[in-house]
Amino acid sequence: MTVTSEFGYTIVSELSESSRVQDAIMTMLRQLSFTDEDLADLHIALEEGLANAIKHGNQLDATKRVRVSGTVDGECVCIEIEDEGEGFNPGEVPDPTLEENLEKPSGRGLLLMRAFMDSIEYNEKGNMLRIEKRCSIDG
Amino acid sequence: MASFKDRRLLDEATIEMVAQQLYSLVDDHGCQRVVLDFSEVDYMSSSALGKLLKFHKKILGVDGALRLCNMKPELQKIFKVLALHKVFKIDKNRDKSLKKI
Repeated sequence: MTVTSEFGYTIVSELSESSRVQDAIMTMLRQLSFTDEDLADLHIALEEGLANAIKHGNQLDATKRVRVSGTVDGECVCIEIEDEGEGFNPGEVPDPTLEENLEKPSGRGLLLMRAFMDSIEYNEKGNMLRIEKRCSIDG
Repeated sequence: MASFKDRRLLDEATIEMVAQQLYSLVDDHGCQRVVLDFSEVDYMSSSALGKLLKFHKKILGVDGALRLCNMKPELQKIFKVLALHKVFKIDKNRDKSLKKI
């Protein structure tokens, strides 16, 4: 299968907007016959990436925007999420699986994205995330 | 015994509503021993897991006990990645949870 699709959205920093964009992107991806497991992984990563951008990046500031864009090229899905915040250093986020951090709130979203995507990287400033997943086709 | 009706605990409005219902079990209804049945849940976000951890703390705060059961493979994967299987008592099914609680 070689289907190339592109998508792009710019939203205000509200979590309801995140849900709207996720629904639109997932509806589009579901039409491409990816397996349920891949779709679930992508949905989780999308939710975590958007929540980080809106809550931590833009600090829920409604005057700031989040840009979401992506491509589906063959069986590879690539999504970029950019916020207008100060950025951060993902290397400084504590490991949430360490005994002393197990009940702390931070770092879990990042870890889920790392676990479920084939590639996740931030730009140098730390305000733009790029996630990539190579998906399997169902049937 | 409480079970979830939402397949995806991802969006904040749903998460907040479910969290308030859970907290109310302890705060308003005095529940101390709770079994949560996840059979209808496909996956949860880190934010929903944060609420679950807070609920767990609340239960432990009243000397209670919490057991989780009927998790689908995708949800088990999330718990394992985040090492939350070390925090929660997880059983295969409702009967086992009810026996151990």
